[in-house]
Amino acid sequence: MSKIPATLFDKVWDAHIVRSIPDGPDVLFIDRHFIHEVTSPVAFLGIESRGIPVLYPERTFATADHNTPTIHQDQPVKDPLSAKQLAALSGNAQKYGISIWALGSPKNGIVHVVGPENGITLPGMTIVCGDSHTSTHGAFGCIAFGIGTSEVEMVLASQCIMQPKPKKMRITINGKLGKGVLPKDVALYMISQITASGATGYFCEYAGEVFENMSMEGRMTVCNMSIEMGARGGMIAPDETTFSYVKGRDKAPKGEAWDKALAYWKTLKTDADAVFDKELVFDAANIEPQITYGTNPGLGTGITNTIPKATDVKDGEASYKKSLTYMNFEEGQPLLGKKIDYVFLGSCTNGRIEDFRAFAQVVKGRKKADNITAWLVPGSHIVEEQIKKEGILDILNEAGFELRQPGCSACLAMNDDKIPAGKYAVSTSNRNFEGRQGPGARTLLASPYVAAAVAVTGVVTDPRELLGEG
Amino acid sequence: MAYDKFTVLKSTAVPMPIENVDTDQIIPARFLKATERKGFGDNLFRDWRYNSDNTPKKDFVLNNPIYSGKILVGGKNFGSGSSREHAAWAIYDYGFRCVVSSFFADIFKGNSLNIGILPVTVSEAFLDKIFKAIEANPNTELEVNLPEQSITILATGESEKFDINNYKKHNLTNGYDDIDYLQAMKDDIRNFAQGSIY
Repeated sequence: MSKIPATLFDKVWDAHIVRSIPDGPDVLFIDRHFIHEVTSPVAFLGIESRGIPVLYPERTFATADHNTPTIHQDQPVKDPLSAKQLAALSGNAQKYGISIWALGSPKNGIVHVVGPENGITLPGMTIVCGDSHTSTHGAFGCIAFGIGTSEVEMVLASQCIMQPKPKKMRITINGKLGKGVLPKDVALYMISQITASGATGYFCEYAGEVFENMSMEGRMTVCNMSIEMGARGGMIAPDETTFSYVKGRDKAPKGEAWDKALAYWKTLKTDADAVFDKELVFDAANIEPQITYGTNPGLGTGITNTIPKATDVKDGEASYKKSLTYMNFEEGQPLLGKKIDYVFLGSCTNGRIEDFRAFAQVVKGRKKADNITAWLVPGSHIVEEQIKKEGILDILNEAGFELRQPGCSACLAMNDDKIPAGKYAVSTSNRNFEGRQGPGARTLLASPYVAAAVAVTGVVTDPRELLGEG
Repeated sequence: MAYDKFTVLKSTAVPMPIENVDTDQIIPARFLKATERKGFGDNLFRDWRYNSDNTPKKDFVLNNPIYSGKILVGGKNFGSGSSREHAAWAIYDYGFRCVVSSFFADIFKGNSLNIGILPVTVSEAFLDKIFKAIEANPNTELEVNLPEQSITILATGESEKFDINNYKKHNLTNGYDDIDYLQAMKDDIRNFAQGSIY
């Protein structure tokens, strides 16, 4: 009998089922568990009150990122509540024997940046973290998704979580991306096409030439944004690009263990004739640099377009109008030329070395616009070091920009990096929700190219006008 | 963490006919800086509920005394965005035990079930009926019957069935959580871990 054709998702999911509960969830074994200071303290209190130990402390990795300051990291954290959360993370890590990159550690950074860059994230794994952007790790062909604090407690206690198997969706994009179009634009385009809830209930596989030709950094950006269309996660089949990224990293297998793992990883792809619950196909030629104008990531469009009329969007009219009122935008208004106050480059979506290279490519030889306050925040100290080593910092400084220290920063504004009420920010992060970047802040999501074009012109600008030929 | 058992809930409801209510609205990130689970209800819908000087916004539904109850009725795609369980904690701590919508974000739905809030998914048509019934009479009572998997507008008797898997239904009606179950299968987990290549 021939084997039933399976998707990449099926192969990884099925390889991790410890038990299937009839008319209930599957009990899934979790290979890697990341924790940070915000969603873990209550989970540790939970196991403590039950008197349960951490079952496999060596499978959990801690980093401080969500409310760490991005300047003066060598000084004590001023906000007492943030300081208490950071101390709780360090205390719990020490108590239970969990490895931690605390604030000040040379390997500290955003959880979804440090996991891959240190080889903790490996193809075919199941990975969870109390953070919805855990979907990032799907770039390596992992089943990776965000969980709540009760589930963090479950993983600490049992290295398992209980999940009903989601439906499967495949999004295929063939063709070649145009000039000035980055992976972030691909993500924002997909979300604008299927809405912020269009993939809810699904796990998504990205396939086709656009993703095959993408770097690992780009794939991480795309998989990171999967949650913004409602998908629990997104994944891309591991290939030579994946293997060469992983090989030699700190915690990646070496020698014979590498060969054995590699042979397995090469089997992790969707079989021909495997069936998805839903298939969508887009054409790379239709994707131009994107920007959002509303208060969910699905409300985005090509940068040269005008803001759609309420009758032309898939969200309900009342919700759409509420969104535009918050942004102080009008239907039919052009986006190009809109005056902007802040630019944020960073986050687990776009805080990697390629994002800083892209930003530098545009600002090189130009000057920061006077009306712009720019916060450039690397995703980790390793990214920060690379920025210095490649001479990118010199380009940024020459153009009037400064580099801050790593952390989640203005993406969710838990630390002091808050966009003031009523101000407009073009951000490379992942969410434009009301108040996400500070109470009353107005966020336009975009790629590092667009962010850079805005940073040097002071207004929404098509980056293709600033990029050289070719 | 232990929670109250859920069987049949009869209550008035608070209507919030807004789509895409994300978890940053339910509880903004700046209120996540706690190391214990308490007091989150005070900041539920903080920026929709209060002005920047902390005075209540009169036009927000939670500040309107004619609406009350243990059931929150929201628009499509309720609970999207961040995985913060604090959103579900805030809803529970405020006093809600059930959220009704035509569509829930996955993580929010899972978090709610894990802490004893019942998310009830109804058809868009039935959701509309609920909103209209509450609009006509804010004292409209709903009955959410978990054993029967039904939700009823008591004044009119209109009713709809909802889905929930047997495992979660059993947990909610008995006040169990997943850790109780997982603790009982540790040997299976240890055996599985021995075969892991990672």
